[in-house]
Amino acid sequence: MTRLVPAALRRRGTWTVLAFLSPWLAGFLLLGAYPLAATVYFSFHRYDLFSLEWVGLLNYEYLLRDEHAWTAVRNTLWLVAVMVPARLLFALGVAQLVVHLKAGTAFFRTVFFLPSLVPLVAGTLGFVFLLNPATGPVHALLGAAGISSPDWFGDPSWAKPGLTLLGMWGVGELMVIFMAALLDVPRHLYEAAAIDGAGPWQRFRRITLPTIAPVLLFTAVTEVITTLQYFTQAMVAAKVASGTTDLPGVQFTPGYPETSTLTFPQWLFHQGFRDFAMGYACVLALLLFAVAMAATLVLLRRFRAFTEGDLA
Amino acid sequence: MDRRHRLVLAAGCAAALLATACTAGDRGGPGSGPAKDARQTISLWVGFTAESEVKAFNDAIAAFTAKNPHITVKVTPGADDDKIIQAIRGGNPPDVASSFTTDNVAQFCKAGIFQDLGPYLAASKVDVNALLPRTVRDYTRFEGRRCVMPLLADAYGLYYNKRLMNGERPPRTLSELSALTRKLTKRAPNGDIEVAGFLPSSQYYENTAGHLAPMTGAKWYNPDGTSAIGSDPAWKRLLTWQKELVDWYGHARLEKFRKGLGQEFAADNPFHKGKVAMALDGEWRNAMIASDAPGLEYGTAPLPVADDRPDLYGGGFISGTIVGIPRGSRHPQAAWELVRHLTTDTDALVTLSNALRNVPSTIPALTSPKLKKDANFQTFIDIFNHPASSTVPAHVNGAFNQEVIQEFMAAWEAGRVKDLAEGLRGVDRKIDDKLRLAGG
Repeated sequence: MTRLVPAALRRRGTWTVLAFLSPWLAGFLLLGAYPLAATVYFSFHRYDLFSLEWVGLLNYEYLLRDEHAWTAVRNTLWLVAVMVPARLLFALGVAQLVVHLKAGTAFFRTVFFLPSLVPLVAGTLGFVFLLNPATGPVHALLGAAGISSPDWFGDPSWAKPGLTLLGMWGVGELMVIFMAALLDVPRHLYEAAAIDGAGPWQRFRRITLPTIAPVLLFTAVTEVITTLQYFTQAMVAAKVASGTTDLPGVQFTPGYPETSTLTFPQWLFHQGFRDFAMGYACVLALLLFAVAMAATLVLLRRFRAFTEGDLA
Repeated sequence: MDRRHRLVLAAGCAAALLATACTAGDRGGPGSGPAKDARQTISLWVGFTAESEVKAFNDAIAAFTAKNPHITVKVTPGADDDKIIQAIRGGNPPDVASSFTTDNVAQFCKAGIFQDLGPYLAASKVDVNALLPRTVRDYTRFEGRRCVMPLLADAYGLYYNKRLMNGERPPRTLSELSALTRKLTKRAPNGDIEVAGFLPSSQYYENTAGHLAPMTGAKWYNPDGTSAIGSDPAWKRLLTWQKELVDWYGHARLEKFRKGLGQEFAADNPFHKGKVAMALDGEWRNAMIASDAPGLEYGTAPLPVADDRPDLYGGGFISGTIVGIPRGSRHPQAAWELVRHLTTDTDALVTLSNALRNVPSTIPALTSPKLKKDANFQTFIDIFNHPASSTVPAHVNGAFNQEVIQEFMAAWEAGRVKDLAEGLRGVDRKIDDKLRLAGG
């Protein structure tokens, strides 16, 4: 068929298609393809933000020896493995609870949603002060109950659990998404299951979960990607807990205490904009990109297997 | 246009985009921009934010504009290195910029972020060697290139609370400091610290590696720029002393006490409140005590030094504010006139020093009869002039290197480092690896 269309007409058709695609194409090229190409290009250079020097694979070799980078990888993966499931499960649990409340629904929806309206920096500051081992009210309350509280953001073993608690406190937006999904599950399926004698767990496992699976997939993917980019809360918590001030000769490295809250994006930022090693920061950015892509693909496959298994 | 031409065009565009992405305007220079006597407005970014500091600075600028009525100076407070670098990269830098830290001087000079002031100094016949003390000369240049000038300086010493000291004289050696700390520390019945003699934690306010290093004369770098931390026994001496004192307090108790203290730059600073008997701090603390704790009876002294290095006593850490002309400045000639006024004019420096209570950074200003000084402030001028005083030498990875040792010290204090020598060799490896990455 194509051969029957005159060449001029074909060209005009191509240009028309391109014209219609141009807004997206322009956005993709400028904000997607070009930054990616530039990142790859700079990754082979020593780039101090002002001058470029070709160094081949030097930046990639340094990545293998950079202990901070691998500490940041471990910390970020810890947060993905612990904080993401904790936030998802907590949000789903809260949504289930609120959806099934007989009275005070609006009040509890508001209470659980409110923390997500608090700006990240303010929320983190508040959390660090609340959990301060010397002056925080949580410490005082636990002390009154005879429980010795840990030094949450000052002890390397407790800093990431502290951030996880902070993350669970702010699940309001996830809760709203899950509530919408739960309210969307057809009621007659539950009624039919109840007639067949299915208990609450079976109804949840066989009806609720498969029905909200697409929403779970969406939230899991976005949560994993967001957590791979985890920056603000960790940076603010570490800075406040360390008590350091920006002064001549006073250094603050993200990750206090002892690099336990150092996440990958923080190290990337630090290398690029504080240590003048933008070429190396580009290598870190490419690694983050690859990991985010791989994590998304794995999640998609796992969820497909899960939902297909369910349908079978 | 055939496919090959389109490909060539696309590749050309991509190359142009990539190439332009890494340039940040022209470098400028002494001959560029309007002449220094032309009517013009120049911009000045400074780090000062406190009302009193900004006022003092504006007074210094007023003296400049009185001498140079054709130049108007627009001052923007609250600038830091990040903002300055972003502005330069964005092609819209201030004409003059000041930084509170000297940690990035090597990068500023090496990458041309700030203009080389050599030609300006030569044209104005300013003899830097006669004007600036040696340490100040060192922290404002890198590999022979001077790209910033000092704008006031900071010296670090020991503050002590006379009431808590109970007539004891300030310690001169690390052994004396440890003994006095044990004597002056007060604990609650459960062992919690109520008043600390001296806090040895490297996380405490000004107790950084850089500020502590002069106490044992610890050396940062070898002549080739590689790390000397693992091979210089002075670091082991410093860290061993520090750990002994931390262990005496108990790390957990020390951390609990530290985290319950007030803020460093607020009226509830623990030294103001009598929670700490002796503290390492900069000369500016004098002004803060006068403002926030006027009734506090205190004294100042040089920091104690290693028992086997009495020659170091009297010295301390020195650093300071710097100022320069960023690359791409549109009025470099007028900008230099302002930099010259702020950094070489004795009256300007003395006025600023008297207002901000910082150490003036030039030799003539240090000896000016107009400089206000009492015994407590004189201590810091003496430290500043002492031959054993030192700074963290300019290095392409200046900030990173200090972070590495700082991080190590935190782990060491907490008891998570089993072998000090091996740990310090690990610090060397990290610093040297990073040096290679930076092309040092």
